[in-house]
Amino acid sequence: MEHHLVVDCVTKTFGDLKANDAVSLHARKGSVHAVLGENGAGKTTLMNILYGLYHPDAGRILIGGREIAIDNPRDALTHGIGMVHQHFMLIGPLTVTENVILGLEQSGLRLGLSEHAERLIELSQSFGFDIEPSEPVWNLPMGMQQRVEILKLLHRNADILILDEPTSVLTPSETGPFFEVLSRLKEAGKTILFITHKLEEVMAVADDVTVMRDGRVTAELKTSETNPRELARLMVGRDVVFDISRPQGHFGDAKLTVEGLRARNDRGLPGLDDVGFEVRAGEILGIAGVDGNGQAELAEVIAGLRPIEAGRILVGGADATQASVAERKHGFKIGYVPEDRQVVGLDLNHSVAFNLILRSLGRLPFSRFGILDFKAIRAHAERLVERYDVRLQGVDQEARFLSGGNQQKVILAREIEDDPEVLIVAQPCKGLDVGAIEFVQNTLLKQREKGVAILYISTELEHIMAICDRIAVMSRGRITGILAPEEATPERLGMLMAGATADAA
Amino acid sequence: MMEILLDPTMLSDFLSTSLRLSIPIVFAALGGVLSERAGVYNIGLEGMMLAGAFGAAVGTFFTGEPFFGVISGMFAGALTAVVLAILAVSLGVNQIVAGIAINMFSIGVTAFLSRIVFSGQANTMTLPGYKAFAIPGLVAIPVIGPVLFQQDALVYLMYATVLLLFYLMFYTPWGLNIRAVGENPRAADTAGVRVNMVRYICVLGSGALAGLGGCYLVLSHVFLFSEHMSAGKGFIALAAIILGRWNPVGALFACLLFGLFDALQLRLQFANPEVPYQAFVILPYVVSILALVGLIGKPRPPGAVGLPYRREGK
Repeated sequence: MEHHLVVDCVTKTFGDLKANDAVSLHARKGSVHAVLGENGAGKTTLMNILYGLYHPDAGRILIGGREIAIDNPRDALTHGIGMVHQHFMLIGPLTVTENVILGLEQSGLRLGLSEHAERLIELSQSFGFDIEPSEPVWNLPMGMQQRVEILKLLHRNADILILDEPTSVLTPSETGPFFEVLSRLKEAGKTILFITHKLEEVMAVADDVTVMRDGRVTAELKTSETNPRELARLMVGRDVVFDISRPQGHFGDAKLTVEGLRARNDRGLPGLDDVGFEVRAGEILGIAGVDGNGQAELAEVIAGLRPIEAGRILVGGADATQASVAERKHGFKIGYVPEDRQVVGLDLNHSVAFNLILRSLGRLPFSRFGILDFKAIRAHAERLVERYDVRLQGVDQEARFLSGGNQQKVILAREIEDDPEVLIVAQPCKGLDVGAIEFVQNTLLKQREKGVAILYISTELEHIMAICDRIAVMSRGRITGILAPEEATPERLGMLMAGATADAA
Repeated sequence: MMEILLDPTMLSDFLSTSLRLSIPIVFAALGGVLSERAGVYNIGLEGMMLAGAFGAAVGTFFTGEPFFGVISGMFAGALTAVVLAILAVSLGVNQIVAGIAINMFSIGVTAFLSRIVFSGQANTMTLPGYKAFAIPGLVAIPVIGPVLFQQDALVYLMYATVLLLFYLMFYTPWGLNIRAVGENPRAADTAGVRVNMVRYICVLGSGALAGLGGCYLVLSHVFLFSEHMSAGKGFIALAAIILGRWNPVGALFACLLFGLFDALQLRLQFANPEVPYQAFVILPYVVSILALVGLIGKPRPPGAVGLPYRREGK
């Protein structure tokens, strides 16, 4: 059968790095074609070439059998190629319609909002999008925003859609509807390039898959003729252990106890409503739930970053409720791995070495009499980078140049090196590839063995099931139930996430 | 003071003064809205207004025609804005610092040049300017008619500019581009909008509008150029932008509020000669501070205002 889009031996080099090395790909019309690979495997480079952001050093791109040249995103669109970036290119205060028509070539004096809105309603109905064109985009949940991005492309008559890590911004409950959208697009004859590092998603929605590793294609397969284990091996280059071994735990006394916590969220509304639980030494308590149900607030309250309205936080029996952030870190020994590693966790504009002592500035041995000791800071950094296997050019490199996984390693190193007794970990595997996830989880399990009480917040149920000793579920700021892993069936968890209490579930 | 409110003629008179006092601020604030909506702070409004005043004086002085004064005033304002555009858009210099530099530069240069051009008689000459004329029919509306429609050409131009800018901003593709660039330049760039070109045009337009405010000072108010005659009006305009929520119509009303208090303080000065006049002069400024602090809830400036845009690329 005729291929809709063919990439033929495309090579792209940045300096010494071969980001794409003779990459080929064949996508059929009306199919979902996954491009699978770890972070840094060259997926994004390839897509940026297709979208006209980079120029390939060698190789050809063919659409419908004809070779084409793509110099910029505009060219890409005229050839029918559109891209939904991982971080949406939407303008919050503008309406859906305004976002869609931004940048369209149209004559000067009129926007024609109502005509465009009608076309959008038509389009969105034919794909079952259910979108209100006059709504400002920032009022929409992420799943809806993603549909706006897709509408942008459909409105421009794109028929090859590149979706870059489309599920990374979605809550678990939004993923299902998104997959339905994909199948509708497919039925409408659109060709979809689905970039991801998640194996399950490839198996669930893709017809074909191209696996990449280190800039090269390791395989191009039909999903019906492969399995997750094979894909993982092709992607990582070795066998990946799927079931992380979780040895029998040795639980001590309650280490972290919270009682009756109440706090407001960023919008000033109640974010935590009478939250209470305890985590024992050597135990990992998972906090499951749909994103935005108070998990972020909970982590911040315990770390000392969000004011508390009622309730108590006890660490080893001592009251930490009023303690400052620094006291919590150094006095009560609470380590904190925040959800947003790029904004909260790290100072991207500073060196890795500096980031590693960010929470210990002004303390020995990094600072004496108020003067930083750069030798000590460097030595400390060299040691941690080695121990945690952070891949970088040097400890003076700015944190922004590290990959997501390596950034997370820097934060973990910083928070764990002080021998914490309590560790608050929020969404530590978000956006990481398989190898990095394995590393993070093994690191946490090692801390568990050392007797650290760990609070593990995640929206990824499989991760929680894999490493947690007990699972608490949050819904609308409350804990709706705490289950042992063996009682935690997806159905029960789902009901608790939806807000039913443990007795009812 | 109360009789102002009761006597229609005196009320008209008072409101008319308020409107006239607010005109230069309105033009400057419109310029500020244009520039900040595109993502560039224009702290240099004051200096651009002053350059506009000087340009208006020079143009009128040499041609004897206020119309050419307006043209050269707007040109002078825009020329000053070129400096801001180069510094802030092309070079990515801190926009606040660039604006302050422009203000100081403008005060010095206009004072210096005015001594050369007008050879010391700047404060004594009288330039031709715009005289008020009535718009037939509309002027007959009680109280408001004489206030709004017994004015000079530049005031009528201001009405038109507010409406035009409002339409441009919210009902044309250009306006959409401007707002997009000011909110999220990266997204605008991916959609095919030429970010820095839009910003250049808006900053230049902003300078021309602020310059127009200066023209009004010279050609409708005092008919001469004096050193630093803008006297802080460009800064009041900055407050009006925020108070007016980056909306041309909102900015107009904010300026009218300041004009009202300016007119009020003038009355109070004349009515209370025993009180040092400085006590009253501060009134509009105090109002602008109070308005910003208290009365208005939390304003939300354009998302990318103050941030230079560079394309990431390899």
